[in-house]
Amino acid sequence: MAEIKLTDLTKSYGPTEVLHHVEGEIKDGEFIVIVGPSGCGKSTLLRMVAGLETVTSGEIAIAGRRVNELEPSARDIAMVFQNYALYPHMSVRENMAYGLKIRKLSKAEINKRVEEAADILEIRQYLDRKPRQLSGGQRQRVAMGRAIVRDPQVFLFDEPLSNLDAKLRVQMRLEIRKLQQRLGVTSIYVTHDQVEAMTLGDRLMVLNGGYVEQFGTPIELYDRPASVFVAGFIGSPAMNFIPAMVEGDTMVLSTQAKLPAISSYRGAALLGIRPEHLTPDENGPIAIDVDMVEQLGANTLLHGKLNGSDHEMVASVPGHVSTETGAQHRFSVASELLHLFDPATEKRLEA
Amino acid sequence: MVERRPLTSLLTHFVLVLGVIAIALPIWITFVAATHDQYRMNQVPLPLWPGTHLWDNLSQTLFGAGLSGTEGAPVWLMLFNSLAMALMISLGKIAISLLSAFAIVYFRFPFRMTCFWMIFITLMLPVEVRILPTFEVVANLGMLNSYWGLSIPLIASATATFMFRQVFLTVPDEMLESARIDGAGPMRFFWDILLPLSRTNIAALFVILFIFGWNQYLWPLLITTDTSMTTIVMSIKQMLEAAEQSPQWNIIMTTALLAMIPPIFVVISMQKLFVQGLTETDK
Repeated sequence: MAEIKLTDLTKSYGPTEVLHHVEGEIKDGEFIVIVGPSGCGKSTLLRMVAGLETVTSGEIAIAGRRVNELEPSARDIAMVFQNYALYPHMSVRENMAYGLKIRKLSKAEINKRVEEAADILEIRQYLDRKPRQLSGGQRQRVAMGRAIVRDPQVFLFDEPLSNLDAKLRVQMRLEIRKLQQRLGVTSIYVTHDQVEAMTLGDRLMVLNGGYVEQFGTPIELYDRPASVFVAGFIGSPAMNFIPAMVEGDTMVLSTQAKLPAISSYRGAALLGIRPEHLTPDENGPIAIDVDMVEQLGANTLLHGKLNGSDHEMVASVPGHVSTETGAQHRFSVASELLHLFDPATEKRLEA
Repeated sequence: MVERRPLTSLLTHFVLVLGVIAIALPIWITFVAATHDQYRMNQVPLPLWPGTHLWDNLSQTLFGAGLSGTEGAPVWLMLFNSLAMALMISLGKIAISLLSAFAIVYFRFPFRMTCFWMIFITLMLPVEVRILPTFEVVANLGMLNSYWGLSIPLIASATATFMFRQVFLTVPDEMLESARIDGAGPMRFFWDILLPLSRTNIAALFVILFIFGWNQYLWPLLITTDTSMTTIVMSIKQMLEAAEQSPQWNIIMTTALLAMIPPIFVVISMQKLFVQGLTETDK
């Protein structure tokens, strides 16, 4: 049980800086997801917390203790790797017990902990098997079991579900969440999958190109994305962006369609509208020439271009909509659901 | 190839049988010669079927003075010398190359690649090339006529170092990281994780190196003058020359037969691991 504090954390490989001044405080028992596209530095950040990468500058503190210089084993953490990294020549029981054996715990204590963890994860019947005799999901559980038996202050997960098939991933995702709530251990979880991030995290840290774009709860990120990047990354299908000009009381889109102004900002702006916030409205200001339809059952995705322009648009409409390609659909948007960004800095323009 | 036609299977069998005969016939003749007495072996034609003197020959070779009329060491001692030398060479080579490969793959130290290439270059310098200076060094160290002198100059192995380096490179990095998080230090990681993972490769290498050590001829010939340090491979040649009378084929062949047994035993007992070690890719 511990809080984690990252202060002005920087990582460079030679002259190239890959993480820039990362700040963040993680509360005791919180589940934090670090999310971002590949190459954004999310795994590097996690590995720095684990102690597998050195810190170039700044400080990492776990439970108020500076850990920059400590070996991974001295940081009181446990890590679950993407490829599980189970020792292939040891049985499941030995894999889970290895760290405890090194810490010189008594045989009885080790057995007790291993069996408790095996019960939690329902892998007791596999304890005497070798990793190669297990399926992907079972190996995943063993990897988690190995983390649990250490009874650490922090769990670190490095894309632990990306080697599983889609169905199993959803199931394991829920199990990880339940397990973390049950054990109440502070956790950091790295993923590139925004759905995984939204469902798992108490709070999300969105990284892009080594910078923290936004650090907040999933709903904050969805409702008030701090930048164009976050707005486009969180939510599926991705947000639509339309260049607009705010003059007087109206926002003029590049196609001359007009919407009421939503903030005191005046000048050029980038307007963001989530596909699911476009409501069909025959008199609505936004016209889309549909060129492709995706029927998802519960809702229908209409892909097309903003009438009179080249801007790709997606609208998500509940239920079934039958339409032909080329047909024009009109939509309106509630003004509180509009997002406005500065076209130069790509930061959010607040109302 | 899963094709099965009578003619092709006849042909393949014919070729295989031919191969077996080419390899097995000399061994058969050796065995037959070891079962006859000296007089029968000096008559023409040579026997092709076993005689009745195997136990006599064996006991004379193993525990007697070997060749009658010479004062060579008994063959059991030579067998022991060969075994000691082959084991010291193969185990020593494995231990040293495991450790040097471990250092090269897992530690960052100055001139790491220089070290690696220096080891690699020694591939160009087998014993035969450096035999005089090596002899001088061994003689100055007073290791002539000792097991150390027999094995140490042959113990460093670039091939084995290189092979273990390749094996270690296939072990995923996460394995090391996971061990670090578990709190295993470098030697612990080596002992608990790397060694078991390279088990089959070690076995394969052991087989090859044991036979390499067992078959050493030139080096032991050079540095052993004391008959009690003679190895069996050397002695077979000496037996041929030693006797002023006609060669005692029954004894020589019995010795040859005995010399074959340990390598065969090693190959057979390690066969499964050996094949795994050469073919296994999954880590």
